[in-house]
Amino acid sequence: MSDTSAGLLQVGLLVLLLAAAYRPLGGYLARVYTSDRDTRVERTTYKLLGVDARADQTWAVYARSVLAFSAVGLILLYLLQRLQSYLPLSLGLPNVEPSLAFNTAASFVANTNWQSYSPEATMGHLVQFAGLAVQNFVSAAVGMSVAIALVRGFARSRTERLGNFWVDLTRTVLRVLLPLAIVGGLVLVATGVVQNLSGPHEITTITGQTQSIPGGPVASQEVIKELGTNGGGFYNANSAHPFENPNGLSNLVEIFLILLIPVCLTRTFGLMVKDKRQGYAILGVMTTLWAAFTAAATGFEVSGAGTATRAAGAAMEGKETRFGEWASALFASSTTGTSTGAVNSAHDSFTALGGGTALFHMMLGEVSPGGVGSGLYGLLVLAVLAVFVAGLMVGRTPEYLGKKITAREMKLVALYILATPSLVLAGAAVAMSSAGARAAIFNTGSPHGFAEVLYAFTSAANNNGSAFGGLSANTTFYNVVLGVVMLLGRFVPMVLVLALAGSVARQQPVPVTSGTLPTHKALFVGLLVGVVLIVTGLTYFPVLTLGPLAEGL
Amino acid sequence: MTQLLLTSLPDALRKLDPRVMVKNPVMFVVEVGAVASTVLACLNSSVFVWWIVVWLWLTVLFANLAEAVAEGRGKAQAATLRRAKTETTARRLGEDGSEQEIPAAQLRLGDRVVVEAGQIIPGDGDVVEGVASVDESAITGESAPVIRESGGDRSAVTGGTRVLSDRIVVKITTKPGESFIDRMIALVEGASRQKTPNEIALNILLASLTIVFLLATLTLQPFARYAGVDLSLVVLVALLVCLIPTTIGALLSAIGIAGMDRLVQRNVLAMSGRAVEAAGDVNTLLLDKTGTITLGNRQAAEFIPLAGISESELADAAQLSSLADETPEGRSIVVLAKSRYGLRERHTGELPHATFVEFTAQTRMSGVDVDGRQIRKGAAGAVSTWIHGQGGTVVAELGELVDGISASGGTPLVVAVSKGDVARPLGVIHLKDVVKQGLRERFDQLRAMGIRTVMITGDNPLTAKAIAEEAGVDDFLAEATPEDKMALIKKEQEGGRLVAMTGDGTNDAPALAQADVGVAMNSGTSAAKEAGNMVDLDSNPTKLIEIVEIGKQLLITRGSLTTFSIANDVAKYFAILPALFAGAYPGLDKLNVMRLDSAESAILSAVVFNALVIVVLVPLALRGVRYRPSSASAMLRRNLLVYGVGGLITPFVGIKLVDLLVSVIPGIG
Repeated sequence: MSDTSAGLLQVGLLVLLLAAAYRPLGGYLARVYTSDRDTRVERTTYKLLGVDARADQTWAVYARSVLAFSAVGLILLYLLQRLQSYLPLSLGLPNVEPSLAFNTAASFVANTNWQSYSPEATMGHLVQFAGLAVQNFVSAAVGMSVAIALVRGFARSRTERLGNFWVDLTRTVLRVLLPLAIVGGLVLVATGVVQNLSGPHEITTITGQTQSIPGGPVASQEVIKELGTNGGGFYNANSAHPFENPNGLSNLVEIFLILLIPVCLTRTFGLMVKDKRQGYAILGVMTTLWAAFTAAATGFEVSGAGTATRAAGAAMEGKETRFGEWASALFASSTTGTSTGAVNSAHDSFTALGGGTALFHMMLGEVSPGGVGSGLYGLLVLAVLAVFVAGLMVGRTPEYLGKKITAREMKLVALYILATPSLVLAGAAVAMSSAGARAAIFNTGSPHGFAEVLYAFTSAANNNGSAFGGLSANTTFYNVVLGVVMLLGRFVPMVLVLALAGSVARQQPVPVTSGTLPTHKALFVGLLVGVVLIVTGLTYFPVLTLGPLAEGL
Repeated sequence: MTQLLLTSLPDALRKLDPRVMVKNPVMFVVEVGAVASTVLACLNSSVFVWWIVVWLWLTVLFANLAEAVAEGRGKAQAATLRRAKTETTARRLGEDGSEQEIPAAQLRLGDRVVVEAGQIIPGDGDVVEGVASVDESAITGESAPVIRESGGDRSAVTGGTRVLSDRIVVKITTKPGESFIDRMIALVEGASRQKTPNEIALNILLASLTIVFLLATLTLQPFARYAGVDLSLVVLVALLVCLIPTTIGALLSAIGIAGMDRLVQRNVLAMSGRAVEAAGDVNTLLLDKTGTITLGNRQAAEFIPLAGISESELADAAQLSSLADETPEGRSIVVLAKSRYGLRERHTGELPHATFVEFTAQTRMSGVDVDGRQIRKGAAGAVSTWIHGQGGTVVAELGELVDGISASGGTPLVVAVSKGDVARPLGVIHLKDVVKQGLRERFDQLRAMGIRTVMITGDNPLTAKAIAEEAGVDDFLAEATPEDKMALIKKEQEGGRLVAMTGDGTNDAPALAQADVGVAMNSGTSAAKEAGNMVDLDSNPTKLIEIVEIGKQLLITRGSLTTFSIANDVAKYFAILPALFAGAYPGLDKLNVMRLDSAESAILSAVVFNALVIVVLVPLALRGVRYRPSSASAMLRRNLLVYGVGGLITPFVGIKLVDLLVSVIPGIG
């Protein structure tokens, strides 16, 4: 079979799998978030936490709960790393240095999983599963809860209440993520991903040299890494490592897991606002963008660039031979279109335009289909923006899902679309202005060097976590600045989204008439795709010119 | 247009005051940029820099000019109004009936003043005594005088209008300085103009885009340095000005003023821009049947004789019985008899022996006694009773005819004759409401726009239904009292709908106040005018439909130009970015798809295009984009194509053309 037909087959299979899961999982999620019954385990959890599960929260209380929960998680994860050597299962590794511990804590709490460190040489088993893996579950659950709160805002009317964060969080972990992770983990083990609690094995290779092969609870971490769009690998090589991602089948399973929840949440959205077509429209936008960026990345990688790759016949530098260009580009596009950041190849080694595609894909705000929860709320905010401009063009005060977009909603949307670009551009500008920070660049003096820094800040602000590995980011400057950028990039938009949810929940819905802008038709899907591309494109065109375009054209 | 531009120039220059500019954040950024560039140009002069500086200032000036032109049109109207507001004296009536001459400005609420033929009414108020014909042309532009009388729904008079005949006593209802004319002047001049809710929301979006581009431009400097390019501040300002949404920023307030102005040109005064916007959002229109949907009165449409009686016989009797009936219905019977049966209209004097029986509320009949015949015409019940009283009988056929006409929504009038003391019915006259022409099409258009029309009438449900079907309204409210009307508005609003209505009577006032768009008729009471948020000087209720269209057109114009403005940016990037960086990275020259002449010409062309597009779009902003009632989908598709896709392509062509001109300037090309 040729590379092309194998690649197309792989994409086709992936789409089929997602299509099969769409209705059942989307429907199940909707039931999880609308049911008023608690399981016994949940009731015990609420009792332990001292939570009144029936108490409906206002947006402000919901937001405070999100922030408080995440702050506690941040502190605990920081302490766990700083005290690693005194705790069991450290594998004899020392305490993690403060700036790195902060960066890592911020990174995992913000669902980014930017890793400034080499995991096998830095984190022991306890930090891995009691710290990082726990955040992999709960940070994902936080994102989904916020998305559901926004959906409730659109679905409800004349209320201040958006649901209960603690209930949403608990249910997401217990009813959604854990069961899926168990099933997914077993599937991964079946494909050959390792799962044990042993330390490194010293072996002698056939050339006579010794090699250290680390074991560990890899599959259990791998599954939530993808499922929760986290991306932090057990090994430094992430999903390029044969123990994390041994073959084409495991690769396909991992991509499926990355896209599963973000895709199915659009169904949940459609069901909760009682108009499934709205969910299809949002899915349509996500799919269009994902398909376009996947095609672009694949195209750039397969056609290669420069004499070296043409001579070699393929742009295989930094890619695993067991995956090849198609599966690498597909993985790269899926990981940057979500907030995952897991990689099965080195994005830094992609062709200039292929790597630029991954970079621009993140700049869209990760809405294709985006991180668990964050993709949905991100695209809904952009939909509000699209509706505002388009709604004016049909001669009415714009409305989305029956809710009017007034000055108050626009203020929140405006701040939302400002937040991430501000962090990316200001962060990168600070770094590029500082000689110390510039020293971390590997390809110094070339546009690719600038792209390394730009990629780091784009990844951090959008909570992706992947990197152009050339940048030596484990310095105090990058650890602290990127840590702050990750936290702001995660929680500022979340608070704005919740405020928006509160604002629309209060409104009385406007009835749909033939004068209403339809938001479920192909025209609107096209419009929203255009808005996403133009709004982000205009923001980032200059920097993309100086980075990937300067390098690739 | 050129004339208007020239006269508006001084105003445009005056608006350069930063304290004024700051109200428009987008253009304020341009002005700050222009100032900074001017300073730099003085320090480090070059042809290119000066050209950029000039065009930056022109950008600001064009924006101010757009606003000044829009305001200028209102000013002319305000001047006319001011002339009506000449100082008048008032003849105030004391408690004891004595008169006192005081300046109109000293009138207080509740004062009663006497106005006689030839005098100017000194202030807004209600006629409490007398009846007069009044020339209201000063505010309505309509030269035919109107009747104003105490009591009823025609009691309101406006200060500044002239009494032509008779004498009236007016009770003053507004303070001097807050009168209708004062408010009109303020409105057309735009002095009291406040930003409307949607304008505020749009401004927030524009401000945030401005910040994004400010950020993108400011951060470019460290990135460019890394690439070995040192960007001058003038170039950065030029890039910034090209990117921020100057087109819509410059035209936004002109669009708003022009929208109000379009209403004024149709003789509608909106008390706030908010009301105009709400008009675009209206979901339900409440339309009074009489005067809006039907011509004022019912008219005879048909004579239906009973078996054995010829149509002309019936027509003759009907005409004779109506000769003394001066009601519009009565007149229409005479007219129908003449037009359809060729019966010459006979004058009462031609029938010397005739005795006419006038219509009274008690008898509910009119008629004539002539040549030994007694002819009567009236409501079915009354005439039947009369027939019985005259020893006649009413055949069953008559009852069927009467019921048939009632069922179809018409009003049946029975004609009977009594000769030799035996009365018998001749037949029935069918009176019908006449629906105005072309309304059905308008209602169809409204339906396509998602607007429901509800007819309000005092008629019984049967009649109402028939007219509603004939006119093509979506729904009707029959036997409506003001309370029913109010309840309907509240019910609609609870469902999230916006309601518009017209009204003129005092009992309409609560409903006018409750409705989202309440258009009071200028002929109405001052209570109604006070309660509504618009006043129609022509007192034409059908205009409600036009008001809705103007509201929509206002929003569409804003949205379309915003889309156009943002879409323009793509081409500007393709002009400026390769100009800035192709030197450092030659590959970027591939982005110079327009093949612009040089770096300087590319940047200057983008700036010039950006400024010129404002001027080019001023007429569109003032006129409003073309609006044809259609569904939201169709409108979106069309406007996206014209202003979205058009906005992407136009600047590529425009910048290239400007570049061809600019590149011949020495020092640029």
